[in-house]
Amino acid sequence: MAKSLRSIEIRERVLGKNDALAESLRSRFQESGTYVVNLVSSPGTGKTALLERTLSELNGERRVAALVGDLATENDAQRLSRSGAPVRQITTGGNCHLEAEMVRSALQDWEPAGSEVLFIENVGNLVCPASYDLGENLRVVLLSVTEGEDKPLKYPPIFHSADLALITKVDLAEAVGFDRAALQANIAAVNPGLPVLELSARSGEGMEAWLELFRNR
Amino acid sequence: MHELSIAESIVDIVTETVERRGAGRVAAVHLRLGALAGVVDEALLFSFDVAAAGSPVEGAELRIEKVPVTVYCPSCRIDRVLAGVQPLCCPTCGTPTPTVISGTELEVTAMEVEDG
Repeated sequence: MAKSLRSIEIRERVLGKNDALAESLRSRFQESGTYVVNLVSSPGTGKTALLERTLSELNGERRVAALVGDLATENDAQRLSRSGAPVRQITTGGNCHLEAEMVRSALQDWEPAGSEVLFIENVGNLVCPASYDLGENLRVVLLSVTEGEDKPLKYPPIFHSADLALITKVDLAEAVGFDRAALQANIAAVNPGLPVLELSARSGEGMEAWLELFRNR
Repeated sequence: MHELSIAESIVDIVTETVERRGAGRVAAVHLRLGALAGVVDEALLFSFDVAAAGSPVEGAELRIEKVPVTVYCPSCRIDRVLAGVQPLCCPTCGTPTPTVISGTELEVTAMEVEDG
């Protein structure tokens, strides 16, 4: 006799566990008065350079800390700890993105006392981090002038999920023939109204507007 | 490539349901996948078989229902379905809109199990 098939309804979000954990992290951050920023970009856009300068500029003025994700090395944490701010590395062991559980676990035995701003540097990847809420208040997508103005069109989910776009390495804009209008149009195509800031962590150009976001938090 | 961890989450959700409901062999799993979810269906199908191996879901077929991006057009005051994932503007009148009504889904909707 043929086996009969029975359909069972499930209706469960695949990332429901991550989302629930991210929500509980978000309430915990709210209770401790910590504003959390998730930085996402391709490898080489300058997340670490930006964070290095950001931590150095803000440290002493605000209580800042950083969690940095990397596939295999602790190089970024070593670089960033020179700022004097508390920094912890999350080594994902090959995982291409951070998940809420990794953040929870990193904070289990390391909660920088009274942090007012916690920066989370995601793994360099413009695809996978888009799907994972880390409990952040602000998701910032970085794009350097050397990467090509069509990146937002090639990676819509991450640009769509961001709250702010940062154009980095603007000190090189002229040398690489950066087309500002084209990039603005491409960002608007995937996330109309997304605020955009331009800066260079090396020259310092545009840094003030970025730092201002955290000075009054 | 995060499709393997997505596939593992799908297998976990189905396995939990199988255990809770005392169901038999799973023949198929139904998934709704939005065009803006950032998941590649071919990679997910491949990863699903790998993730299901050795679990109660092994051998099940993953059936993916693709959900296009639907935006709300503030000018036409109506939901409009896009042909692709961008630009996020009304396909009829061209007004840009950040309001995505659907297309980010990543949801296990049902499973089919064998009885007897």
